[in-house]
Amino acid sequence: MQPTESTNAFSPEFNQRLKRRYRAEQSFKLMGIGAIFIALAFLVFLLSTILMSGYSAFKQTYIKLDVTLDKEYFPDEDLAKGDFQGIVKASLYSMFPEVSGRRDKRMLNNLVSKGAAFKLMDMVEADPKLIGTSFSIWVPAKDDVDMLMKGNIDMDQPEANRRIKDKQYERIRTLEYGGRLQMRFNKTFFTSGDSREPELAGILSAAKGSFYTLVITLLLSFPMGVAAAIYLEEFAPDNTFTDLIEININNLAAVPSIIFGLLGLAIFINFWGIPRSTPLVGGLVLTLMTLPTIIIAARASLKSVPPSIREAALGVGASKIQTVFHHVLPLALPGMLTGTIIGMAQALGETAPLLMIGMVAFIVDIPGGFTDPAAALPVQIYLWADSPERAFTEKTSAAIIILLGFLILMNAVAVYMRKKFEIKW
Amino acid sequence: MYFSYLLPAILLLGISGFFFGRSKAIRVANTQGGIQELHSLPNHYGMLTGLAVLLPALLLYGLWISIETSVVDKRIVNELPAELLEDTGTVSLYLNDIKNTLAGNITVSKDPEIGRAAERYAKIKRNYRSIVTAAVFALMLVFAAVTYQSISAKLRARNLVETVIKAILILCSAVAIFTTLGIVLSVLFEAIRFFQVIPLQEFLFGLTWSPQMAIRADQVGSSGAFGAVPVFAGTFMIAAIAMLVAIPIGLLSAIYLSEFANRKFRTMVKPMLEILAGIPTVVYGFFAALTVAPLIRNMGGFFGLSVASESAMAAGLVMGIMIIPFVSSLSDDVIHAVPQTLRDGSYGLGATKFETVRYVIFPAALPGIVGGILLAVSRAVGETMIVVMAAGLAANLTANPFQAVTTVTVQIVTLLVGDQEFDSPKTLAAFALGLVLFVFTLILNFIALRVVRKYREQYE
Repeated sequence: MQPTESTNAFSPEFNQRLKRRYRAEQSFKLMGIGAIFIALAFLVFLLSTILMSGYSAFKQTYIKLDVTLDKEYFPDEDLAKGDFQGIVKASLYSMFPEVSGRRDKRMLNNLVSKGAAFKLMDMVEADPKLIGTSFSIWVPAKDDVDMLMKGNIDMDQPEANRRIKDKQYERIRTLEYGGRLQMRFNKTFFTSGDSREPELAGILSAAKGSFYTLVITLLLSFPMGVAAAIYLEEFAPDNTFTDLIEININNLAAVPSIIFGLLGLAIFINFWGIPRSTPLVGGLVLTLMTLPTIIIAARASLKSVPPSIREAALGVGASKIQTVFHHVLPLALPGMLTGTIIGMAQALGETAPLLMIGMVAFIVDIPGGFTDPAAALPVQIYLWADSPERAFTEKTSAAIIILLGFLILMNAVAVYMRKKFEIKW
Repeated sequence: MYFSYLLPAILLLGISGFFFGRSKAIRVANTQGGIQELHSLPNHYGMLTGLAVLLPALLLYGLWISIETSVVDKRIVNELPAELLEDTGTVSLYLNDIKNTLAGNITVSKDPEIGRAAERYAKIKRNYRSIVTAAVFALMLVFAAVTYQSISAKLRARNLVETVIKAILILCSAVAIFTTLGIVLSVLFEAIRFFQVIPLQEFLFGLTWSPQMAIRADQVGSSGAFGAVPVFAGTFMIAAIAMLVAIPIGLLSAIYLSEFANRKFRTMVKPMLEILAGIPTVVYGFFAALTVAPLIRNMGGFFGLSVASESAMAAGLVMGIMIIPFVSSLSDDVIHAVPQTLRDGSYGLGATKFETVRYVIFPAALPGIVGGILLAVSRAVGETMIVVMAAGLAANLTANPFQAVTTVTVQIVTLLVGDQEFDSPKTLAAFALGLVLFVFTLILNFIALRVVRKYREQYE
């Protein structure tokens, strides 16, 4: 059969069509690259925004005060009842003797954080001999001062719209030129709990809460997940019960996390009476949430152990349980651990179910155990993100940086373990 | 508090049970001519003894822990003066006061009556705990003694131990079933209580959502309205925006990566896309509220649109980005499952790569892709933190994506966070919404998983 004009590979029409077809392919490829580019651009945008707005929180403005701990400030035996606020104020007034009037004084006092008095109190309680002496001390500045120093307050705005007034600005400059204002590493952020004052707020209590919660989650979900995976992969007969379990696990893996919070609220807290807001109940809820992930990972890991291992063990007389626990499990364990770490990373970032079980409380104290009220890192981020103060935005980003740091670390360990222990059969 | 030492004590005794059992087995074996005379290894006898000590004791301990509060509460309520008992609300308040006093929290009332009740409560609890502790030790002792006595060369310890281990394995896998059951029960019961107050059809078809209950009868704006249609509509709008972002980007990048990209590019880009899935949702929420929402607002202002500061658009956009890796990795799996023979056949007929993708691979993979998209939709509907932080609370029934809408998850969070009485329709409404959310996502997941599985079987 003769090729017709349109199908003849040498006809101009054919060539034109071929060109068109390849053009279509080119544009499709461009769309694909564009899609990937958009996704990655967004990732970069997100991470850089958070880094840019968060890195400054690791530095904090401090003010140097010359304090005199006169005996008259301590009328009571109990040193904690001393007038530390008064000491701080006196020190400020001596630096700016021209200040008079209540409004003016208040503006001046507002330059220094409430934490200054607490810091003095801690020092005096640690060493009562300080009373009666004079010394210099660096105390945290108020968050507004800190924001100004970090360039987050626009002094071109009309005075009424600013948190730093003109007079305060002048004094801050005076302090700065006198070498009494300094940006220092923000130790408070890592060593204290939540606070209403941004300059005193820290992530330690939230981080510890997260730690205790994850310990519970790990202790429960790893053994249970591995046991379930072993049963389903090695022993389960092919029957309705097994099907039911499998359907349930697959479904639970896709159930919205907030539903697990409702479960925790209704059963763990209201029915069992486990105290609210504690790492214990948080860990239980997160256990149920991460179990499907761990089971699925552990099963995949068991599946990758070749049947020859099992047959060899059974051949020399091991029982089925011995085969699994002595031979299959050790070979599958690295894979299971990798899956567990990824599950833990998920649990660390989870927020919604913790809101349901009351881990949103304002926690100043650093939790010391599984039944102390605690927040968790992501919940702390949520709480700070809701706070109106400008300075908390910076803290939120900083907390996110820390959280992402932990997540990256966990995932890196998982990847390393996968590479290191991966067995090629 | 000796009770807190009970669990370690049980564990310790269990371990020592193991050693006792094992040494007895070895002794028995030595009298009969060596280990080979035993039915099982000495370790099995040890494990049997250890399990006999541990299991009943742990069971009793766990049982008590889970019912302690309700038992003690019941006892103390029975002793309360009759006039208190008439109102269930005051009883639970009273109980709360007692517990707060015990926990050493600052209580509002310095009522000596409560102090006395608290002491009484502590005493009842102590008594019960003593009884339970004694029972636990008795159980351990009896079971240990019986097992220890029965150790002989003929005892089939390994079979017994293995049966127990297998039972434990089964129990652990059944946790999945218990969890589902727990979810259904906890959500269902509270939801039923809610529907006793608010009729089901009003909840499902009512057009106003304003979940308030009057504290006083004559209060202004006291009538709560529980018509959830605006909430559902808001949820779907945000999910739809998210899917409009996620489906094209996710699908295109999956197809590009699996069919067009070279190996090097793929191994580099794929993990980077996965990072998007690993970022906690609270981070996306913060980002949506702090950066994306003002951006959209400013852009809207530029085009003369009025955009609410908590628009559906911002939440939906960011949620879509979050779901991209989800869509792309599921589609990637599905596309990989399409057999190479189909591709080769297509190339053999002279099709270009794009034509192969468009006319052969995509139709072949479509059921699986749809399944993956359904899973992604269920993810979008159930997503909480992004909408809590970036979408509003106002239950507007609108089709304008630049207005503030609210979602099911946002309402659940706002209704339940903070201290609430558990018998007002306001808190119960959260459970009703939770029930709807659970059932909806369950159906979606079920269909999606079936479709994906069926599709996979087709090519295997």
